Amino acid sequence: MQDDPVIRVVAKVLIPAIMLFALYVQFHGDYGPGGGFQAGVIFAAALVLNAVVFGLHRARQVWPMRYNLMGVSAGVVLYGGTGVWSMLAGANYLDYFALKADPKAAQHLGILLVEFGVGLTVASVMVALFFAFAGRLTHIRLVAKTAAHEATDSGTSRPGDAA
Amino acid sequence: MGMFAVNAFLLLLLAIIAVVALRVHRLFALVMLSGAFSLTAAAQFVVLDAVDVAFTEAAVGAGISTVLALATLSLVPREEKPHAIAPLPAIIAVATGALLMVSIGDLPQFGAADAPVHVHVAPDYISGSAEKIGVPNVVTSVLASYRGYDTLGETVVIFTAAIAVLLILAGWTRAPYRREDEDRDTQGTRSIEDKQEDAG
Repeated sequence: MQDDPVIRVVAKVLIPAIMLFALYVQFHGDYGPGGGFQAGVIFAAALVLNAVVFGLHRARQVWPMRYNLMGVSAGVVLYGGTGVWSMLAGANYLDYFALKADPKAAQHLGILLVEFGVGLTVASVMVALFFAFAGRLTHIRLVAKTAAHEATDSGTSRPGDAA
Repeated sequence: MGMFAVNAFLLLLLAIIAVVALRVHRLFALVMLSGAFSLTAAAQFVVLDAVDVAFTEAAVGAGISTVLALATLSLVPREEKPHAIAPLPAIIAVATGALLMVSIGDLPQFGAADAPVHVHVAPDYISGSAEKIGVPNVVTSVLASYRGYDTLGETVVIFTAAIAVLLILAGWTRAPYRREDEDRDTQGTRSIEDKQEDAG
């Protein structure tokens, strides 16, 4: 896969286009079909394509898992935080009318924020799940390899064993 | 007549895919069939003018679910174990299906304006979406504004599910990954497809 120039070039062209389309679906959800759920999944699809074509290791460098896990939580915090903001502004939880003076602008702002929260959580969750499943095989192989090492040269030093 | 032909074709395709998925034992074929099922269902949703649902079905059902199932396939055997049909679940499934078929007659006509679902809160949402909220896509205004609590709940469900899966698959961060291992593994998820092509 990684040695196939056609797939590499096509993926390099496609990945930014998919990400851009995800952003379009995210922020155009008020006017056309789409929204946070769909946009999050599409954005995750771009990163999955990156992992499949260029390898999991490089995909993890592009999209570090530490920050990805923060994204999983940050989306929910953004959604819930919008509700807290409306409470601080003196209205009910998630009542967007309090966010701004103009009611339609307030609704737009509220919807934009919560949809972005949904998109952030969904994209990070999908990427985390794929990386977890795809990395599992490596983990199983490493465990098996370590067990084989322990069986053959037990008692001696084991090179490269840190598991 | 044209609409009827499209509906009949899509529903027939759904039924055929479902029956074939029941009969097939190769898991790779099963994953592909479930993706095809989702895509056909998405087309059916477009015919029903539910483009937002169709979008979700195509992206989640046909897209990312298939990818996750393929990633899982690299960890499990290729073939389903042959087993006899379990009588009790079969009876429950057939009985439920029969009940649903019987109850179709009581449903209001598709698209009828006086159907119960269209006379409760829906008129408020449809007129309010443009006048009060200023969002042309009613689905978005219902999802994010009128029913904001429900969507918050859905997001928390996804969050919780992801945390649970990551906890079950724990250990994936502790292993000392080596680059060549991982590169080979992501190819591994692909090579199943190649092997299946060779076999079939």
